[in-house]
Order: sequence, then C-alpha cells, then structure tokens
Amino acid sequence: MTTTKMSLGAALGAGLRRALDRDRKVVIMGEDVGRLGGVFRVTDTLQKDFGDNRVIDTPLAESGIIGTAFGMALRGYRPVCEIQFDGFVYPAFDQIVAQVAKIHYRTRGRVTVPITIRIPYGGGIGAVEHHSESPEAYFAHTAGLRVVSPSNPADAFHMIQQSVAANDPVVFFEPKRRYWDTGEFDPDAEPDLPLHRARVVHEGVDATIVAYGSVVATALSAAEIAADEGHSLEVIDLRSLAPIDFDTIEDSVRKTGRLVVTHEAPKFLGLGAEIAATISERCFYQLDAPILRVGGFDVPYPPARLELHHLPDADRLLDAVDRSLAA
Amino acid sequence: MVDNIAYPVQLIQPDGRRVLRPDYTSLVRDIGTQQLRSLYEDLVVTRRMDVEATALQRQGEMGLWAPMLGQEAAQVGSARALRPDDYAFITYREHAVAYCRGVDPAVMAHMWRGCAHSAWDPHEVNVTNPAIVVGSQGLHATGYAIGAHLDGAEIATIAYFGDGAISQGDIAEALGFSMSFNAPVVFFCQNNHWAISEPVHLQSPAPIAQRAAGYGMPAVRVDGNDVLAVLAVTRQATQRVREGGGPIFIEAITYRMGPHTTSDDPTRYRSAAETEAWKARDPIDRVRRLLDREGQLDETFLAHIQDASDRVAARLRSGTIDAPDPAPLDLFDNVYSADHPLIDEEREQYAAYLAGFKDAEEAEAFGRNEEATEEALS
Ligand SMILES: Cc1ncc(C[n+]2csc(CCOP(=O)(O)OP(=O)(O)O)c2C)c(N)n1
Repeated sequence: MTTTKMSLGAALGAGLRRALDRDRKVVIMGEDVGRLGGVFRVTDTLQKDFGDNRVIDTPLAESGIIGTAFGMALRGYRPVCEIQFDGFVYPAFDQIVAQVAKIHYRTRGRVTVPITIRIPYGGGIGAVEHHSESPEAYFAHTAGLRVVSPSNPADAFHMIQQSVAANDPVVFFEPKRRYWDTGEFDPDAEPDLPLHRARVVHEGVDATIVAYGSVVATALSAAEIAADEGHSLEVIDLRSLAPIDFDTIEDSVRKTGRLVVTHEAPKFLGLGAEIAATISERCFYQLDAPILRVGGFDVPYPPARLELHHLPDADRLLDAVDRSLAA
Repeated sequence: MVDNIAYPVQLIQPDGRRVLRPDYTSLVRDIGTQQLRSLYEDLVVTRRMDVEATALQRQGEMGLWAPMLGQEAAQVGSARALRPDDYAFITYREHAVAYCRGVDPAVMAHMWRGCAHSAWDPHEVNVTNPAIVVGSQGLHATGYAIGAHLDGAEIATIAYFGDGAISQGDIAEALGFSMSFNAPVVFFCQNNHWAISEPVHLQSPAPIAQRAAGYGMPAVRVDGNDVLAVLAVTRQATQRVREGGGPIFIEAITYRMGPHTTSDDPTRYRSAAETEAWKARDPIDRVRRLLDREGQLDETFLAHIQDASDRVAARLRSGTIDAPDPAPLDLFDNVYSADHPLIDEEREQYAAYLAGFKDAEEAEAFGRNEEATEEALS
C-alpha cells in the first residue's frame, strides 16, 4: 500500500484523470476547464494530456453546457460538466431538472444519461455575491438525480470516479472551502463504500451529529472540543444527499438517542428537515431529545464580512448539542 | 445591417492623428479642446481608480477586484454619451461607467471589500448595481426600456456586457424581446477578447456584431480604445432609440490588459506578445498624443489631472478602509420588505445566542477584575 498526500481539489483532478484514462467516452466540459484548468485548477493539465476533444472549453453558457452534455450522453458519451460556481447553475436548472433528471423514466428505462455535474459550492472563502451558495436541496428534491458531496480528499478521489461510472446523472457538490485541505489515501485501493452510503467518521455515544461537505470538518472539531468537556459525540458524514443513507443514521441514533443535523444551506426545507422527519419516524422511541438542526439562516447568502456569522461553526453546533443533552 | 465589420469606426489613430470620417465626426462636432481634455481627465482618473483598487486588493483591504485596465475609452466614451435620465445596466467591470454616472468611488468599494452586496441606490444615479450572473442584465435592460417606452419617456437604456456574455441565453433572449417590442435599448458589448481564459472566437467564430443581424437589429463595430469614436457611435445609438428607432447593437473592440479579476493568472492562457501588441493601442496614450499634437497638453492642465486622480484615489482608499463592517444582526435585514415570522424568529434566536457570548465575556472580565481587586486588597 502506498499512500499519497493530496488536497481535495487535487484528488478530484486525479480521480478525473483516472476516469478519462479508463473510458474514452468520458469527456470533461465547462468554462475555463481546459488551458486554465478551471478557476480552482481541479482539471489542471488534463487538456494538455488528453487533448481538447476530451477536455472541452465550452462557450460561457450553463444551459448550453448541460443541454449539450445531454445530447452527447444520448450518443454514448459520459460527460463530466463543470459549473464554475454554485450561483451559476440556475441558468442550467431547466436542463438538469426537466431533461437530464427525467429521461430515464420518460423512456421507461431505454435511455440513460450518465452525466456528472460538478459544482463547487458553499461559502467561507470571502467571495462576492453568487459565489457561495448551497443549492443542494433543489437537486435532492428532484427525482431522477443522485446528489453527492465528499468532505475529504480520499472520498473526493473515489466518489468522483464512482459518479462518472454511474449510469444515473449525478450532481456532485464540491465543498470549495475544503479544496485546499489535504489528506492521505491509497489511490490504488478500492473504495470502501458504495456511492450512496454514509460513513461514521467519529465514534461516540452521547449524541450524533450528521453533516456533509464542508461542515464535516466543523462537526469533527466540535466533537474534539466536546470530548475535552467530557461528551462523546458520534459524527456521520452523509456523503450522499440523495438518496440518504438513513440506515447508518438510524443505527447511530439508536445508540446515542440524540441527533443534531448541520449544513451550510438555509435551514428551512433543507436536508436537515428531511433527516429529522425520517429519523423521528424510525427512532421515535429511541430519541431522548428532539432532533435539532443547525444551518445557515434563511437569508440570501450575505456579504463576505458577515459570512462567519451565517455559517454554522463549532460553537453553534456545540450550543445545539448542549440543548440536546439538556433535554 | 452591420456597419464597419472590417474597419471599425475610428476617429483617433493610435499615434494620435485624427481620422477623416465626416459621418461620425459630425456626431462629436461639439467636442472641442475643453471637452477633449475633460474626456482625457476621465480616462486618466478612472485608470488611477482601477490601479488603486487593484493595489488595495493586493494589500488585503478588498476581497476581490475586476480590473478594467485598457477598457477606459469604451466605458468613458459610452457613458459620456448618456444623458442624466438615461439608464445603464452594468456588470462587475464597469467602474468607469459608474464613475461617469456619478457613483462615489468610496461607495463602489463596499461590494469589493465584502461589506455589502451593493451600496448605491440605482435610481439616484440611473446605474444598476453590478450584475455578476453573466448576461442577466441584458433582459433587465430590455424590460426597463419597454417600461420607459410605455411611459412615453424619451430616454435610452443601455446594457453593458462582455464578449463571453453573448453565449448566454439571456442575451439571445434580450435581443429577441427588444426587437419584438421595439424596445429603446442599446446593447453595448465590450469585446475585450477574453472571458476569463476563453478567447473570443470560442464564443463566436464570426464577428459578434453580426449576431444582431439575425434578429433584424442594426449593429455597429467601433474601435473601443478610441474614446471619441465610442462617444460618437453611442450618441448615434442613443439618439436612435430615443426617437423610437428600435434597439441597436454596438460592439466595442477593446482589450482587457490585466487579469480577469485579482484572483486570475492570465499568463496561463495568453501570451505576453499579445498583451504588448495591445499596449500600443492604449486608449489613454492615444488621446494624450492627440492633445499633444494639437498643443493642448500644458503643465497646468497636467497638474490639474494629477490632482483630480489623487483625490479620487484617496477617496477610494479611505472609502475602502473606513467601510464599516456590517453588524451581525444586519444578516436578517432587508430579506423581506415587511415583517416575516421565520426571519424574526431567527434574528431573535441569534441575538440571544450572541448575547450569551457577551455575558460570558463580561462574566470573565468581571472575574478577572475581581481577582485584580482581591490582589490589590491583599
Ligand atoms: C452565468 C455565469 N456563469 C459564469 C460566471 C463566471 N464568470 C464571471 S465573469 C466570466 C467571464 C465573462 O466574460 P465576458 O462576458 O467576456 O466579460 P468580461 O469579464 O471579459 O468583462 C465568467 C465565466 C458568471 N459570473 N455567471
């Protein structure tokens, strides 16, 4: 076993390189993905190595990117589309939810469109408007799409390959403020989980925190602080936002009796609401406290100098844990 | 339908000599020495503003800045063609347009520093807050123009966008809507040759102005580094739309000399030779050479411009550095225009949460004071 140390962004690039190598029908397309390597450099050097028929700089048009990818997929290609920032996926929303998501159902299974739509999402990098949004619930709400989000380099490396290999369309949310976080993994090892499964990333017995994407790191630091204060928190990294691996959450809640769900996205009608409702149904008699949610506020993403108030941090998470433990 | 595909309108050559174009010079007949000096002043001042903002970003005082270096003439020339009651829809790069419309440079800084999404009242200066979603403002301008037309107002609306934006459906839809409704709108495309790393031919292998023809819309190409030519064609266009002639498309051919934004590294995708070649067509040098040829560059004037630049740069700097951070509870303001139970509840909860920290801090501070007091007494 030879492990290598990589940033999350570089791990995504390495995963994409493998996908391009493995299947000549895989193409990467998007704005600035070629020579520039993407504004976050995730596709750096891929065009140089695979040519501009495999790594395609597209015109500046998101609906065009997804709609064209849809047509290419009909022709047997596996497009991996990059949407440059979360706030620019909306021009492509129609193509994603009305076309890409529905074609398999509409054709009674005759057609698959194995498109992966990569979206750097979330805040915390001090960006201007439209560059820090968390639109995952819109897509998770749409039948026909799989929605995932890795939180660390190893998962990023494997999950991007699993997404490209999947025959369903996958909306792949990349936690942009973790692009530079590094981790060690063995690129030649098989992935230890299928794409739709959650993972317990910190074991504990007093309460469960469910997180995904960028706030997994926040939850882990909350768990460390809690440990110092004598509380043992279990942290689950959801990884797949649609479908959600409720079994893993249920197992944990049966053990701890308490659940706090956190995400950057606004709380109202966010993933936390779905998780709270389903776990209440499944674990009604095991719960010692109401399920709590810690999310972004229900406001448009604020200007950079307010974002640290908007984003859930370890303090806000621990505040919720305290309330749960006190119940 | 497209004027001047091969030879964009030009009135000043790069070496400062005038061009004989009676059809267009007639549109700027009133631009004598004084007016030319004043255009020159705006070019120099807005460049200085841009350079100052870039420096502020490098010094960590701004989160980001989108330099307009090299595009001063396209912006100043077009903005100076507008009347006060005309309305401009801009992007994140139209700093000189905003300046010419009277937006305070100190206020421009707030968005880039991260203190506010937008800081000026668009209706005070008839300039929108910068559109960041590329192309969106094309439709907004069209709608505004339709409204103005319905109101019987004889004004022009102008939509600024880049060469990349022409690939967006919103711009295509704006061209279509504006023609269907004969909307009094000027589409002003600054073809600065690059959309981040993508060269203009990736958006359109054919000259951009030709697109308008497909909608039945007239278009004109202009040397975007020639402030006088841009002034002339924009005057002609605004005149046309004000008189009910219907929409018109201007392609101003210019060049982004700097990076896309302060986070961009243009050396990854374009050659130094290309940038050098464009330097020779610098929009400011050109007017300076003309003024010089005509003997209008005296010391007093140059000192005056220096002074004006210093003042604007200082204003931008202090406006940036002194911009107050928004208060935490500002998060919940202006989401809705009336009370809203969800927001009210979240505001209240967050206020209580923050107060908890304050109490803890005070308790701690009090504790320390107690210790200090005890120490002092013992
Ligand atoms: C809908 C949308 N997609 C992507 C982006 C990211 N982005 C910001 S500016 C830009 C390039 C725009 O190029 P152009 O329209 O030529 O204008 P310029 O920046 O050159 O002034 C891109 C891709 C965006 N802001 N909006």
